[in-house]
Amino acid sequence: MEKFTHILSTAVPLPMEDVDTDQIIPARFLKATTREGFGKNLFCDWRYNADGSPKADFVLNNPTYSGKILVAGKNFGCGSSREHAAWSLTDYGFKVVVSSFFADIFRGNALNNGLLPVQVSPVFLHEMFTAIEHDPQVKFIVSLEHQTIAIAGTEREEQFDIDPFRKVCMINGYDDIDFLLSLKGEIEEFERVREGANNKVLI
Amino acid sequence: MSKTLFDKIWEAHVVKSVEGGMDVLYIDRHFIHEVTSPQAFDGLRQRNIPVFRTKNTVATADHNVPTLNQHLPIADPLGRFQVEKLTENCNEFGVDLYGLGHRWQGIVHVIGPELGITQPGMTIVCGDSHTSTHGAFGTIAFGIGTSQVEQVLASQCLLLKRPKRMRITVDGELAEGVVSKDIILYIISKLSAAGGTGYFVEYAGSAIRSLSMEARMTICNMSIEMGARGGLIAPDETTFEYVRGREFAPQGAAFEAAVEKWRELYSDPDAVFDKEYHYRAEDIAPMITYGTNPGMGVPVDEAIPTAPTPGDSLASFEKSLGYMGFAAGENLLGKPIHYVFIGSCTNSRIEDLRLAAKFVQGKQKAPHVTAMIVPGSKQVEAQAKAEGLDQIFIAAGFEFREPGCSACLGMNEDKVPAGEYCVSTSNRNFEGRQGPGARTILASPLTATAAAVAGRIVDVRSVLN
Repeated sequence: MEKFTHILSTAVPLPMEDVDTDQIIPARFLKATTREGFGKNLFCDWRYNADGSPKADFVLNNPTYSGKILVAGKNFGCGSSREHAAWSLTDYGFKVVVSSFFADIFRGNALNNGLLPVQVSPVFLHEMFTAIEHDPQVKFIVSLEHQTIAIAGTEREEQFDIDPFRKVCMINGYDDIDFLLSLKGEIEEFERVREGANNKVLI
Repeated sequence: MSKTLFDKIWEAHVVKSVEGGMDVLYIDRHFIHEVTSPQAFDGLRQRNIPVFRTKNTVATADHNVPTLNQHLPIADPLGRFQVEKLTENCNEFGVDLYGLGHRWQGIVHVIGPELGITQPGMTIVCGDSHTSTHGAFGTIAFGIGTSQVEQVLASQCLLLKRPKRMRITVDGELAEGVVSKDIILYIISKLSAAGGTGYFVEYAGSAIRSLSMEARMTICNMSIEMGARGGLIAPDETTFEYVRGREFAPQGAAFEAAVEKWRELYSDPDAVFDKEYHYRAEDIAPMITYGTNPGMGVPVDEAIPTAPTPGDSLASFEKSLGYMGFAAGENLLGKPIHYVFIGSCTNSRIEDLRLAAKFVQGKQKAPHVTAMIVPGSKQVEAQAKAEGLDQIFIAAGFEFREPGCSACLGMNEDKVPAGEYCVSTSNRNFEGRQGPGARTILASPLTATAAAVAGRIVDVRSVLN
């Protein structure tokens, strides 16, 4: 996993609520057996017409907006557990997704792929959308170390939460799997104790 | 100290607590399928590590399989490659696979319970958000991403933060024509598509306890549609009798010993939940959805709201209704529909098929409707055939297909055309879920069958008997 410390970038606004993972990457593109190449189909049905031509009114097709930060409405990433949603966002080039509320599974999948989910207050989210609307070149500063997101050139800044363990993993590029593999002895001991306690019905 | 059922099961599976509030949770059963597992097996290969506990993982092919002519090679090359990849991976790593052609193949959340792999008190995961289905047996069951599939394959554990606890109590008796799908659509319409996020739900109350296991599975299945990671129901005699005698369940004295343990699986009377909701079964009518998330549901005889729920944006509400081709304040009774899908991990079990067959017997589908029945597993298909249900459906003009996820998510060729309405027993009415441009109206198997016969949306209560 790539390390993440901080970022300074313009942002792409997507002021829709309940953006589900079927919109982020429709199911018909889940037939790939690798993690690469999903970015070209990110938001496919909002981004392209049936004939494959770009829809001019979708934000990813508007050259005015660009950047490594996606700013979206509440309950982003709801629905299917497909990690392909996180893969398609990172493959496209996003490093941060900002919303006032994330669905649980998506949040976990993002963190496991070096994509930082930044949950802000509804008020701050509104300020971000307004700032982008006013000046699409406005930049945002996200510091994982300080757990802050700020609108560059203004006093506006907000703290965000992240589990301390996840924070260390992201800053250092560690995977959960490295940690779990290091616990093999303890996991085997857990299995032995449970079996010894004749507690097999819970196994 | 008093504990919830959820906490009892969780705490019995904590291998280690990590600083900062995370737990290493031991996973008893892991289901995998062709879509979310290939990258996980690649990860094991890259690290040169085996599957840690091969016997705790079970595989099937469901998302991407055709529902016609399953004995023939899969025509879609990408789909075929993915299904073949699952077979290769299972062979290489020693995982049991009930793939295409196997008599136990089917939708992963249908076969787990019907084979007795799902048992009370377990922790169960799968790279699929509807893993919450298995909570009907009093398990902690939830969907995970592919990185976590790899973690479970590698270590049989996951690193997790314990969610908050919610209890939803439904007391009373359901009216005729109202079934468990209506209960869960009603609950989600009250709590919204995000109302359960951060929580694990326990469903309780007399209306829940009176349900069969299959009806309970429908309820737990859709927990994720209100954002909850999962939902569970305390096991009781109904649960034990369902599990008894199944292929992978404990047998004989071992089963009786297991039941004694399972009887300890309940929330203590004074256990505290972070949030509680109470509903009356008598208040629940047959439900349909009108929008593009499962929280956008109404009783079938009520009009679409004229404005979004307070706190939701008008833009999203209008975009949703625009996609569906509905107007705010419109009543959908009598609305013509062209497609009906009865299937998915929510409603494809034998009781669902019996319910639909009982309604449709001696009737015909409307001429303009394409109605598709997709049983949840080979065992459900075989049982339906043994009971003659397939012939009832075929005589009524329905298609009776082979098992798979099918038109719930349209990964295979079972898609609804752009702009068409489909009354569907599945779980998601997202834009394009059943095919690009498809318009999904979620409903119970009974309401869906009635719509197929009428060719329009009807209140099933008005056409029973």
